[in-house]
Amino acid sequence: MTNPLPETRGALLDVQDLHKSFGPHEVLRGIDLAVMPGERVAIIGGSGSGKSTLLRCLNFMEVPTRGRIALDGRALGRTGRDGTVAYPEGELCRVRRRVGMVFQQFNLFPHMTAVENVMEALVTVKGTPRREARARAEAELAKVGLAEKRDAYPSRLSGGQQQRVAIARALAMDPEILLFDEPTSSLDPELVGEVLRVIRGLAEEGRTMLLVTHELGFAYHVATKVVFLADGRFYETGTPDEVLKHPRGERTRSFLARHSEFAF
Amino acid sequence: MEYEWDFSLLAQNYPVLLRGLLVTVELWLPSMALGLALGLGLGLARLAGSRWLARPALLYVELFRDTPVLIQLIWFFYAFPILVGVQLSPFTAALLALTLNTSAYCAEIVRGGIQSVPKGQFEGAKALGMSRHQAMRRIILPQVVRRMLPAFTNRGIELAKVTSLASVLSVHELMYQGRLLSSTYYRPLEILTTVAIVYFVLIYPGSFLSARLERRLAARS
Repeated sequence: MTNPLPETRGALLDVQDLHKSFGPHEVLRGIDLAVMPGERVAIIGGSGSGKSTLLRCLNFMEVPTRGRIALDGRALGRTGRDGTVAYPEGELCRVRRRVGMVFQQFNLFPHMTAVENVMEALVTVKGTPRREARARAEAELAKVGLAEKRDAYPSRLSGGQQQRVAIARALAMDPEILLFDEPTSSLDPELVGEVLRVIRGLAEEGRTMLLVTHELGFAYHVATKVVFLADGRFYETGTPDEVLKHPRGERTRSFLARHSEFAF
Repeated sequence: MEYEWDFSLLAQNYPVLLRGLLVTVELWLPSMALGLALGLGLGLARLAGSRWLARPALLYVELFRDTPVLIQLIWFFYAFPILVGVQLSPFTAALLALTLNTSAYCAEIVRGGIQSVPKGQFEGAKALGMSRHQAMRRIILPQVVRRMLPAFTNRGIELAKVTSLASVLSVHELMYQGRLLSSTYYRPLEILTTVAIVYFVLIYPGSFLSARLERRLAARS
């Protein structure tokens, strides 16, 4: 499918024919995806299906091998004469300011306190004065329920608290799109809830987000659209109800069956 | 053994040894400081995305690590001037050779230190819109510098000892003065023992500090 999809017009994020290979191994084999403002896309699929790679291509943690990504109607990168697309570092830095990411492993900076983690990029990237950045950082920490932990180093925080600091850190940059890469996968089960509640709060604010997750129940309640990825392609796409409750494809069904095998 | 110890000539000649000590320190500290600065640059170049930086840096590091320091010293005094057409004083040649040698080792310490930082730290910084340079300066280096301190101290101790090789270029440092005195007075036992003790007194504090530093860092993490 190389023709732009009909819903492409007005999309905040528009991905066309995205491919990504690691050496001889092609992980993404032609992804087309348009994300409208306020849309919340849950990306699900088995391990090795390419779901994390897809998310990581969207803020260029991985550089796509082929295909185009447009942000707010503007295609990113420069196309050379031979058709390859080059991405200058300066442009990628600007894109990443607009597309925030929350990682599975939090990736907080261990030599900085919670509030310093949140204000760091405000100061170094956006050039916000320190005092102003600190006030903003404290407000974001309060929003994720961690106002009193602002002076704690990450090593003193639980996994759930660290992930909430990471979310506050991404939010402080005022991103237009938020990417969540399995945000609860490395958490102890009793800490998952506090993180999901924060993400749901962001969903209720109408933020645009893409979420790779194994929490299918959460995806069902929070996403506006679910895509099931298999072998680097979209195997099934639809509303949460269509994909998660009434899957049409055989592989979607067996994936969901495996996930609910030990449900009550 | 009927040896009569005689330290009186040391009492008379200690200024000679002190002057030597001064030259040793003048070789040691500047070549350490310059070697560190240059090594930081080289270490970063080793990890640069561009092959045009990384390859030459690797070659440089290997050349200096895989040849004897002694040949480097002699080469910079006798051979290098033929290449560039400028005669260097023995001291300058020694300072140059020791600086470059140290920088190669420091480059490896820097590279190893940076590579020990989890990849997620680079990604965390990148995802916030930081450039490579900003990520290095604000996120990566502050985490590594502390971890690299013991290795740098060891390098400093090693370098202090290696300065003694500059005596072969007749740099008038401690070793040279010691040998001179010893052959003038035929009193190697007293004189060379004293020289060794002076080196020990010079180097031991660094060694002691390094061990303490290492323990404190281990306790913190």
